[in-house]
Amino acid sequence: MGKPELKELRINRDWCKGCGICVHFCPKEVLDLDQEDKAVPVKPDQCICCMMCEMRCPDLAIDVILK
Amino acid sequence: MAVKDYIRKRFFPHIWCPGCGHGIVLNNLLRAIEKLKLKKNEIVMTSGIGCSSRISGYVDFHTLHTIHGRALCFATGVKMNRPELKLIVPMGDGDALAIGGNHFIHAARRNIDITAIIMNNRIYGMTGGQFSPLSGYGTKGTTAPFMNIDHGFDVVELSKAAGATFVARTSTYHVKQMVDILADAIDHKGFSVVEIMSQCPTYFGRKNKLGGATDMMTFYKDHTTPVGSKEKKANPELIERGIFVHEDLPEYCNEYDKVIEMAKASLK
Amino acid sequence: MKKNIKFIQGNEVCVEAALYAGLDFFAGYPITPSTEISEHLSKRLPEKGGKFLQMEDEIASLCAIIGASLTGCKVLTATSGPGFSLMQEALGYAIMAEIPCVIVNVQRGGPSTGNPTHVSQGDVNQARWGTHGDHAIIVLTASNHQDLFNITVDAFNLAETYRTPVILLFDEVIGHMREKLVMPEKGEIELVDRLRTSLGEGIDYHPYLPREDGRLPMSDFGGVHRYNVTGLFHDMWGFPSDNPQVVHGLIRHLVDKIENNVHQIARFKEFFMEDARTVLVSYGAAARSALHITKNRRARGERVGLLELQSLWPFPSHIVREKCASAQKVIVVEMNVGQILKEVKNAVDNPEKVFLANRVDGELITPTDIKSIMRLIHGKGV
Repeated sequence: MGKPELKELRINRDWCKGCGICVHFCPKEVLDLDQEDKAVPVKPDQCICCMMCEMRCPDLAIDVILK
Repeated sequence: MAVKDYIRKRFFPHIWCPGCGHGIVLNNLLRAIEKLKLKKNEIVMTSGIGCSSRISGYVDFHTLHTIHGRALCFATGVKMNRPELKLIVPMGDGDALAIGGNHFIHAARRNIDITAIIMNNRIYGMTGGQFSPLSGYGTKGTTAPFMNIDHGFDVVELSKAAGATFVARTSTYHVKQMVDILADAIDHKGFSVVEIMSQCPTYFGRKNKLGGATDMMTFYKDHTTPVGSKEKKANPELIERGIFVHEDLPEYCNEYDKVIEMAKASLK
Repeated sequence: MKKNIKFIQGNEVCVEAALYAGLDFFAGYPITPSTEISEHLSKRLPEKGGKFLQMEDEIASLCAIIGASLTGCKVLTATSGPGFSLMQEALGYAIMAEIPCVIVNVQRGGPSTGNPTHVSQGDVNQARWGTHGDHAIIVLTASNHQDLFNITVDAFNLAETYRTPVILLFDEVIGHMREKLVMPEKGEIELVDRLRTSLGEGIDYHPYLPREDGRLPMSDFGGVHRYNVTGLFHDMWGFPSDNPQVVHGLIRHLVDKIENNVHQIARFKEFFMEDARTVLVSYGAAARSALHITKNRRARGERVGLLELQSLWPFPSHIVREKCASAQKVIVVEMNVGQILKEVKNAVDNPEKVFLANRVDGELITPTDIKSIMRLIHGKGV
């Protein structure tokens, strides 16, 4: 089994409350908040699939989908 | 089963504030349950009243949302008659240790097979930020505008003294540890207590000038250390996290089965 | 067939009756004068594979039996005034969440610690209105051991029928008194089991959707149907709701399912009532003295009758109104400052004809006490 590769970083915009936890703790600055204060993947190619954003999301709004 | 198959999606987004640690507890409790490969019908979640207690509405288990502080008593009645089910009782710090403090120590003393999760945000959030039995000396709340002079409980020491046979602490920052500890706690045959330090940026954070959710989680990262580590000796202020107690002692439902056997034998 | 006759305390009769009714689970906290119920059940329940728990307080006791009832057990707790005060919170929960359970209050003198080893009937209104918010409640009582047995079985039947807590309001005299009990044979008294849903696994079950007859089929909690139970106002799935229509509908359902069935729930006995000009209305231990003096006066040719109430709430106004219609004087005999008196005054055609014969000093009201008060009421002096 090789390194996990990102297929999609899916954000449920209806559930996201824009707390910024995922943005703050992402080791690769993959995520940011947009103008509506919703999390968006801005550098998905940098994602190392550590899953921390998904696990730390208080709103269960993030799915890190692997290839 | 995927984590989101365990929830009642129609009630999302949930009622908790942006950045509330309780959502992180929910998130990783589901992962622990997934790790144990438990079926939805095998789990009873019983909760009391408060921000934390609303968690039971969001999970697709058998859910019993009860009264303030009493969740463990209801859970005891359920468990005694359905010992094959997993009983999970998430509580807030006020719910578990102020109004429910007596029930908490007695459930621990009996060593009944229930998992108590104390979602410790050090404040009464639902009612607007009053100090709790875990706020601690010197903190502020809407009922301690100058300074809280009440000293806090140490949940771990209290649980140990009361007889809990599994005692652990973690935080919303340490999510991988949270999943492992919760899975161990649910799997443990006996009364298990997991304290999860959970940020309330809306009230505790704001009243005590601790910054937002990320600042509070960073505090958990910087001010905790694994149980038994050298760092604790160098810096006693650090809060230990990990598993403090994990022992096998006779479980209450099993013990009661012995009483039944003795009672039946006495009739012969 | 040889009858099974026992000479036992009232509290033991309650135990025998609860077991006869199918009791599976008891949780309680020691308190005088109800403790014998706990003591006997701690032996008797495990003998039949049931479970007895001694909890840390009365709050925990009622909460534990509610949890057990949800899983499908017939449940009981027993206490006295101070413990009953602690139970009011969970009592409201059982009403709101519609969970069958039976709560015995062996009354002692109050308020507060009061008179633990002495008799009183001071908790009548607490049983009615002790828990907060609008609600209805079923409260039963009895004056002798045979009735105590029957009414205890009845309490379980009504709890299961109406999905509600039922309170057995006994008193210290009845609880501690020893007299004869003829144990009913198995099958002699009808037993009611709760209505359970016929819906199978995977079919959407509505725990709070009443059928046309108002009854709600239950599904044993922790079984094939997953649902939510809450003390908040809730919809038919048991999920919280503050929708005014839902709130109104639920409060009406909770009250109406009991108040509208007062005719079915009403339980009473009557003695020498056919031509009575003076009607004594009484219940519990006080009714023993009332019956004695009724017989005594009848023997002297006085037209005295006794209406003994066995259901106190919902108050059987229709029975009291009808039975007291031709009475010139109605005398309520009770051991409090007039808690049922007010209900009787409200029920009869003319409240002016209703009087109170009471005693509140911790001693049982005697036939002589009642006789003296009757003489005063009739203007004859002592």
